[in-house]
Amino acid sequence: MTARPAAVAGVGFTDLTRASGRSVLDLASEAVAAAVADAGLSPADIDGMGSFMLMDDSVPCVAVASALGMGPLRVVLDLQLGGQAPCHLVWQAAQAVARGDAETVVVYRALNGRSGARVGSMRFAGMGGQYRYPIGYGAYLMYVAMWAQRFLAETGQGAEDLGAVAIGQRRHAERNPRAYRREPLDLDAYLAEPFVVEPFRRSDCTVEVDGACAVVVTGVDRARDLPHAPAVVASGCYRAGRRPGLDIGDHLLWEDYTRNYTSWLREELFARAGVGPGDVEVAEIYDCFTSTVLMGLEGLGLCGRGESGAFVRSGACALEGLLPTNTGGGLLAEGYLHGMNTVAEAVLQVQGRGGPRQAPRHEVAVVTSGALMDGSALVLTADR
Amino acid sequence: MTPDTDIESAPWWDGLRAHRIVLQRCTACGRPRFPPMPRCPVCASAASERFESEGRGEIYSYVTAHQPVSPGYEGPFPYTVATVELLDGVRVLAQVEPAGAAGIGAKVVPFFVDHGDWTELRYQVVG
Repeated sequence: MTARPAAVAGVGFTDLTRASGRSVLDLASEAVAAAVADAGLSPADIDGMGSFMLMDDSVPCVAVASALGMGPLRVVLDLQLGGQAPCHLVWQAAQAVARGDAETVVVYRALNGRSGARVGSMRFAGMGGQYRYPIGYGAYLMYVAMWAQRFLAETGQGAEDLGAVAIGQRRHAERNPRAYRREPLDLDAYLAEPFVVEPFRRSDCTVEVDGACAVVVTGVDRARDLPHAPAVVASGCYRAGRRPGLDIGDHLLWEDYTRNYTSWLREELFARAGVGPGDVEVAEIYDCFTSTVLMGLEGLGLCGRGESGAFVRSGACALEGLLPTNTGGGLLAEGYLHGMNTVAEAVLQVQGRGGPRQAPRHEVAVVTSGALMDGSALVLTADR
Repeated sequence: MTPDTDIESAPWWDGLRAHRIVLQRCTACGRPRFPPMPRCPVCASAASERFESEGRGEIYSYVTAHQPVSPGYEGPFPYTVATVELLDGVRVLAQVEPAGAAGIGAKVVPFFVDHGDWTELRYQVVG
């Protein structure tokens, strides 16, 4: 049997707000319905679903399927994972389509991430928490900051490099009406911000929002008959590096805080897609905090070790630059939909639907999901 | 906030209560490990023993919190938490004093802070 190549055919969003006043099921249903309609399909066409949540902060796939009269469902993937999940789920959806287990799969993330349970201050289950929470080391922000400090020191980078990421992405957000943070930011203003957790200032951190986002995956052959150009899922890869810890926040057994999962999956990711880092034209790098953009650029080989800050400061990541990166403002400025919106932005770019923030060259995009020990990535390409 | 201890970690917390740093070591391959766990993360052996560490080490990395971000933790602010690499070859998490004196590679020595029903391992920067 020849595997059937898959593509993303549509994306859907709710508004991003600080207090939705709505149930998570309501948000999820809106985003999923919007994505299905964007793909030119109806809910009855959907026979697979995937989503993720942390500490029960969302609703399972069957709830959305029930609300929208979808199915019958042949594939359901509800993951208890965080920002590692979006690319992983889209790749699993593409694999389900390739195997013939499903025809069309919707992947979504929905959360009242500001007015409800806030991921940034959740107390995660697991055996590692006893060593963290009692000493005031209990926020995901702190774990990423711990890695950032070592990464910056070891690679000879600093505050201006972090700042360049925040400033550049804010510029992209000015062209994204959905973005939550759209006020301009310059280096003086960035450096004047007080530390939240050193080395991070306010603008180094994602903005938590209420909202939802969904994407629709189907066969490339079918996507060609739908309204938008297919964003072909050329490759996907998940990786938990060796000894990833006892829970989502336990990094004590991880040897090298200067290299995250992107270093571990790069080779397989690009080999499967038949492209190299030099072929990438758009990058959407998971950015719960600025440092993960720098680490991701280096980990994926999109720039050299220790050169990511200079790369960003050179303007390479701007829309008119060598490698437009986080073109919608990212989680830092658009808002924290846990990386599902990171995938959706890559889809829009590959489809040429970026509007005023469209990258001029957009045939090959790379997307990542996750920050530390484990995560996933995709290569999306135009239908070539 | 009292730690949610478990059957694996009891010797660690009991040790701290007595102002001793009790680590776990694989008796098959000889490697120490932290956090305590039922198998060796290098050779997967279930055989282990406990030993007492002097607890000296140096800072591998650190963060300084200037605002309340950790659930249930009230400060005072700022405070520094470090990943401390012990001479024994394991890493632990601990607050480091004085806040702001921490640096990568800084030498640190342990001390103990008794709370109501548990004892915290903390570190002092010595250079």
